[in-house]
Amino acid sequence: MKCRKCGEKAVINMRQHKLALCETHFLDWVPEQTQRFIEKYAMFTPEDKILVAISGGKDSLSLWDILIRLGYQADGLYIGLGIDGGVGYSDESHRLSQKFADERGLHLRVVEVEENYGATIPELAVISNRGRDKPCSVCGLSKRYIMNRAAYDGGYNVLATGHNLDDEAAVLMQNTLHWAGGYLVRQAPVLAATHSGLARKVKPLCRFYEREMAAYAIVRGIEYIYDECPHAVGSTTIYYKEILNQLEEKSPGSKLQFYLSFLQAKEQGLFAPQSVEVELHACDKCGQPTSAPGECSFCRMWEKVRVVKGGRLPVEVLSPMSEV
Amino acid sequence: MVYRDKEYEVPAGMTVRDALKKVGLQPETTLAVHEGKLLTDDTILREGMQLKLVAVISGGGAV
Repeated sequence: MKCRKCGEKAVINMRQHKLALCETHFLDWVPEQTQRFIEKYAMFTPEDKILVAISGGKDSLSLWDILIRLGYQADGLYIGLGIDGGVGYSDESHRLSQKFADERGLHLRVVEVEENYGATIPELAVISNRGRDKPCSVCGLSKRYIMNRAAYDGGYNVLATGHNLDDEAAVLMQNTLHWAGGYLVRQAPVLAATHSGLARKVKPLCRFYEREMAAYAIVRGIEYIYDECPHAVGSTTIYYKEILNQLEEKSPGSKLQFYLSFLQAKEQGLFAPQSVEVELHACDKCGQPTSAPGECSFCRMWEKVRVVKGGRLPVEVLSPMSEV
Repeated sequence: MVYRDKEYEVPAGMTVRDALKKVGLQPETTLAVHEGKLLTDDTILREGMQLKLVAVISGGGAV
């Protein structure tokens, strides 16, 4: 197969776009498209200070690479979750994230959950009694909290995550099957900062297939963690992605159409505006915005750790992050 | 072809796409790499080629 732009040997064929590209033109195409999405969804401008959430995987490292290539001011945030899973998962993802930053002279901020809050994520799942076998729920809650707080405390006005189209389409499918209206209304390429303590959240890769992001990382020579999070094996997200890819196999472009039609339907008023706006106030303990009365769910969850493991909490509102 | 420490052998003359399907992998979720270079799925496999297959799906909440 030949590159559509130059006729050289193609390295990727994107059937949904009827587009095959060689290495050189694929490496040009990805940032060009990213810039188009950044502008289309008014995500940020070159004046903004961006914090990129880094996991050590293909999506987040590629996103950081693309934003730097496009000339944006972007630092990274790595959250050490303390997940081993028999493969030293967190240690390896931290090593690769740090290596990526060091090789490019970029600034990676690091928050080690155990060091800052007193327990690893798997320990937290057991102590808080929320998902003993699957710590994904406490992990998600902790990561959202820490990402928002790190962005806010660090003076970043944008928090960028590496969600790709497959991530978005899988969540959309799950929420549609459950008619989860509240989640459907909020799913978007940009989540505005609706409260002074909240960071603006953006997903610049939301229109790229996961396959394209893996291809970008490989062609660009980005070393990323191939291993899946040990706790994600058998997750519902992977199950929905597999179903969507079966559709894609028969009908190229199905995933893209599913997601883009959803965004278009939202724009055209498919969903009624929420009649009751969620009231946010500052958490009594940490000061972060929360809809829960008194303390936020993050502080309540970690309070159980303090009771079990001793007096390492409460943390300061502006707890220092270890920086490299 | 090597995929997650498992080895598969397929006959020469097949396309990458057909080879992936033959061993039960989805072409949409797998990339084929030969000598460090990505291959498009219409590439015809030659005798003795050794491919590394890369799974592209990740689960959980992407960060």
